[in-house]
Amino acid sequence: MKTIGGEGMPIEVLLVEDSPGDVRLTQEAFRDANSSIHLSVATDGVEAMAFLKHTGTHANSPRPDLILLDLNLPRMDGREVLAHIKENENLKTIPTVILTTSDAQSDIVRSYQLQANCYLTKPVQLDAFEALVKSINDFWLTKAKLPRQRQTV
Amino acid sequence: MKPIFPATLLLVEDSPGDVRLTQEAFRDVNLNAPRPDLILLDLNLPKMDGREVLARIKEEHENLKTIPTVILTTSEAEADIDKSYRLQANCYLNKPVELEAFEALVKSINDFWLTKVKLPQQRPVG
Repeated sequence: MKTIGGEGMPIEVLLVEDSPGDVRLTQEAFRDANSSIHLSVATDGVEAMAFLKHTGTHANSPRPDLILLDLNLPRMDGREVLAHIKENENLKTIPTVILTTSDAQSDIVRSYQLQANCYLTKPVQLDAFEALVKSINDFWLTKAKLPRQRQTV
Repeated sequence: MKPIFPATLLLVEDSPGDVRLTQEAFRDVNLNAPRPDLILLDLNLPKMDGREVLARIKEEHENLKTIPTVILTTSEAEADIDKSYRLQANCYLNKPVELEAFEALVKSINDFWLTKVKLPQQRPVG
């Protein structure tokens, strides 16, 4: 499996998700799909922004190659996180994939208006959930070309 | 895998060989309908280049900006990748040179974008 950040660098994925069950499933599915992924987790929108802006306890957080973002989150919801990411000159190039249970057209359209790179719904069944994570890995982390703007610390 | 609804796709590409290959790989897709569900956009095009097409789709047209636009180009230049994401490309893919790899890539676009991804369904009525 190739890496994106260069020789020996893990692929950095930030998962923004408040459900512990979904976090666990996503971690396990990525571990099975691609061993060179380093998955970080933020459990609400405020923490996600702190991670991305390297503030507070996240001063040394890596820059994600890909962000998986739930819409319904405590403290700051996913729509607001998405808007902040895409309005920020430094962060806007990071592909941001919405991963949510909502299949409401209004959420889909709003997310694309806010420049989500793509919108996926979380399947309820375990097998389908694992298959979706695998297809995120296959498409975004092996087929797609991602911007390589790693920050030097 | 077939898409779950009859998807409309706009291919913006100046190489006749690549158009033919993409059409064959996507056989059931209607390339002529007014509002595409997905746009595949080459960067290096005559008259108006892909970067400008992308900027116009994403910045000038409120009703077009939600259409997922996938860059499909031979360029692997970091500058093109970064610029495309900056201009709000939804995704950036390199066209493989080999026929089989090209077909596999088109298949994976179909499998991911037209079966897994939820697209905005703002079809014109009528």
